[in-house]
Amino acid sequence: MQVPAHFEYRRATDVDHAVALLGRFGPEARVVAGGHSLIPMMKLRLAQPELLVDINELTELSGVRLHNGPDGPELRIGALTRHAELLDCALVGEHAAMLHDAERVIADPVVRNRGTVGGSICQADPSEDLSGAFTALRAVAVIRGADGERTVPVREFFHGPYETAVGPAEVLVELRVPVRAGSGSSYLKVDRRAGDWAVAAAGAVLNLQNGRVTAAGLGLTAVGAPGFGAPDAEEYLLGRSTDAGTFAEAGRIAARACRPVADQRGPVDYKLHLAAELTARALTAAAARAADR
Amino acid sequence: MQIRVSVNAAERVHEVEARLLLVHLLRDELGLTGTHWGCDTSNCGACTVWLDEVPVKSCTVLAVMADGHRVRTVEGLEGPGGLDQIQQSFIECHGLQCGFCTPGILMTARWLLDRVPDPTEQEIRETISGQVCRCTGYENIVRSVRHAAESEQAGWSDAEQAGRSEAGQSAWSEQARTGQSGWAAS
Repeated sequence: MQVPAHFEYRRATDVDHAVALLGRFGPEARVVAGGHSLIPMMKLRLAQPELLVDINELTELSGVRLHNGPDGPELRIGALTRHAELLDCALVGEHAAMLHDAERVIADPVVRNRGTVGGSICQADPSEDLSGAFTALRAVAVIRGADGERTVPVREFFHGPYETAVGPAEVLVELRVPVRAGSGSSYLKVDRRAGDWAVAAAGAVLNLQNGRVTAAGLGLTAVGAPGFGAPDAEEYLLGRSTDAGTFAEAGRIAARACRPVADQRGPVDYKLHLAAELTARALTAAAARAADR
Repeated sequence: MQIRVSVNAAERVHEVEARLLLVHLLRDELGLTGTHWGCDTSNCGACTVWLDEVPVKSCTVLAVMADGHRVRTVEGLEGPGGLDQIQQSFIECHGLQCGFCTPGILMTARWLLDRVPDPTEQEIRETISGQVCRCTGYENIVRSVRHAAESEQAGWSDAEQAGRSEAGQSAWSEQARTGQSGWAAS
């Protein structure tokens, strides 16, 4: 029987209360929402927080809405939104289909009922799917602390494995995904079975005008891409046409920046092959979706 | 700390440590051993119960998180009139062998049928993809869920079975519909 070590438990009544609790208890306090990353780590003593701040009652952090911001429309996804809610959300399917692709292959339906979007991002596991997806989508994270809210582009959010821009007395409250006309996106993953981490995965978003790429976003998961990104491949794509050769070359460029590790999910060369191939296929699917819009 | 949880529509008040997991509250403290405890890592799904209206893996939920909420376990499937149709179908289609995974799969399958009354084989397989069974190869499990769907779709021509269904569902449905915590129901 695996049981976590002793800890104190407090249920936050609103975000400010959560921030105050975190500030009072210092760096040994952790936020818990779905708990599907943190609680198994606590059972294994890989994490031993002294205080858990439960934010499950903070309904203000739940749900998805379309918002007209100063830079155009954006999807605002509350950090407490469950994976199952994101998968069921029609707005997400319409404006960021990649997130539906990713959610379909995250864990399994029962885990998706409980795990949250914000928890996945804050876990910052190098194999976590939404980290790659939000990187490709150029999402912005909204973080609240005692001094108010601040925004951090997701591309500056991940400071390393299991390390993020969220400070010890801060709470991630929202992710904002820009919505652009004429864009299409896709996320593809190779895994061994339901619930396992990815062997490799890639997400792509494309904006097209007259058959040429006007903007590109790429995100790679589980293959040691720095910050889940592939900026050289994105730059290569700009202005090019959407043919198979272009996408294959973008995949090769993306894979060149990856530094996967060999493990039970596969050797390095296989993972590099997948990084290139999945990038090319995700771009192909994203281009097809962009053309349909 | 003291928690109040509605378990199978009955109020339970219990003193727990913060680190107690929901699966152990159910099994060790409340004696509801129908919920099985398997891999301990949210993978196998044997510990699946409903928290409010949705199945969750209770080895990864703290008991304190259920404070003020409703839990439904496999013991809560059967009504005064007899087994739920999903349980009956698992018997009729040999959907279990050793039975270890069965309670979790029954809870997940009941949830599927409540949302999708006529699921395809693919939908069934995807929904139970977080439930590990080492005996059956899943074939008879999928058949059992289909059989339950067909029986319920057929409109319960058998009066006795209709009685079973209503009895099995009524307490929980009423609770879910009204959003009440079920204290009064106990």
